[in-house]
Amino acid sequence: MQKYSVFSLVKNAFTNHENWEVAWKDPEPKKEYDVIIVGGGGHGLATAYYLAKEHGITNVAILEKGWIGGGNVGRNTTILRSNYMFDSNAHFYEFGMKLWETLSQELNYNVMYSPRGIINLAHSDAQMNAYARRGNSMRLNGIDAILLGRDDLKKMIPFADFSETCRFPIHGGLMQPRGGTARHDAVAWGYARQADSMGVDIIQNCEVTGFDVNNGKIEGVQTSRGNIKTKKVGLCVAGSTTLLADMLNMRLPIEAHVLQACVSEPVKPLLHNVVTFGAGHFYCSQSDKGEMVMGGDLDGYNSYAQRGNMPMIQHVLTGGLAVFPNFSRLKMLRTWGGIMDMSMDGSPIIDKTHIEGVYLNCGWCYGGFKATPSSGFVFAHTIAKDQVHELNSDFNLERFHTGKIIDEKGVGPKPWIG
Amino acid sequence: MLEIKCPYCGKRSQNEFSYGGDATIKRPQLGEEISTEDWDNFVYYRDNPRGKHSELWHHVSGCRQWFKVSRDTATHEIFDTCKMNEDFNV
Repeated sequence: MQKYSVFSLVKNAFTNHENWEVAWKDPEPKKEYDVIIVGGGGHGLATAYYLAKEHGITNVAILEKGWIGGGNVGRNTTILRSNYMFDSNAHFYEFGMKLWETLSQELNYNVMYSPRGIINLAHSDAQMNAYARRGNSMRLNGIDAILLGRDDLKKMIPFADFSETCRFPIHGGLMQPRGGTARHDAVAWGYARQADSMGVDIIQNCEVTGFDVNNGKIEGVQTSRGNIKTKKVGLCVAGSTTLLADMLNMRLPIEAHVLQACVSEPVKPLLHNVVTFGAGHFYCSQSDKGEMVMGGDLDGYNSYAQRGNMPMIQHVLTGGLAVFPNFSRLKMLRTWGGIMDMSMDGSPIIDKTHIEGVYLNCGWCYGGFKATPSSGFVFAHTIAKDQVHELNSDFNLERFHTGKIIDEKGVGPKPWIG
Repeated sequence: MLEIKCPYCGKRSQNEFSYGGDATIKRPQLGEEISTEDWDNFVYYRDNPRGKHSELWHHVSGCRQWFKVSRDTATHEIFDTCKMNEDFNV
């Protein structure tokens, strides 16, 4: 594989950039693979990469119905963080943060990791107390957290509404300085390029239409490009998880919901952090191109449509204008939606299943992007060793029977209640 | 914007309603022996279909009645709505 560097850039400039190697190949599916990953999104590509790199399993195919990176890895708002209170989440996401810090070097691909800090605003004394508690929990788990006062925030986001008579005055906030953003497409492409170079077949326009299961064991996958034999299948299909699980007669604690995001026209640098409004559904960061990248909450009813509805956009932006009134003069560039695999406790499921050789990676709710490296790492371990990694041992399916759920938000099994 | 026909008030815009989830799940009968599996299925497990979905809505900014809606989760087409003790016609 051609290494990307300033030297290769200069060298290729002399030949008008016409001689770059393809970043990944477009192979025909083989008759058989050791492992098949269904879903060429961030998690699937990362899983294949870590299977090859950490476990030496390179006879791997990624089957993607559309094109790689066309689902949620290309539709999220690119935020990275590990500001969780529960131990299972804190350890898992913090492991991911450490992978993010060196990911560009590891993949030889600039994922534009930007630790610009994520700030959760607080709008009441009670919320300040809750944030102090969460911050302390984070620090006990070795995660960076700073409690900010109103005066600190006035220096950081001076254009926010700091008036004392507004409906939700800013009391302070909780900041994770190492949180931030990364370029989402580059993450998918970086993993794809490295996985491909180690022998993984990335097969696009290949839809899985069925599974061959015999005596409780997986034997192969039926696809729109023929049948492929395998002994292990990993599902990384986010919002489409139930559709595949139905083919395996598996009923899951998952509902599909649409989540929207939007960007404004690009403007000069203004917002230097990721900021979340603590009294409603709104968060925002400014992209490197200058666009305000904004998101909020689910549309609020089950949906498999990768597009949203205007009432939620209006609701989200109303919250946004409450905290940043000057955004009212921004023009909207575009809005879009992605299908979330909402689990019933708000936490992911990375586990083996009742079928030998079928592994499940789903339930990412709003937060799949930041988990891309850590999810790929532990899922590859789970598939390669046929046993869960200690970091995903709590993210099991069994918890919906034992009651050991990880309900970080505490809203119960109603995913549409934000 | 969805246009939802409340069985009591008629067609209104989505803004007047709130969502109540899958209408097909039934609470296990009280006063009888209930297996753990039945409870788990009731609390956590959903069919989550892509296509026709029976669901509960609440006319929260209107008559405040709960009712059932049959809607397509991929196209958002609403086939029918009915009162809680009725069945869909379509």
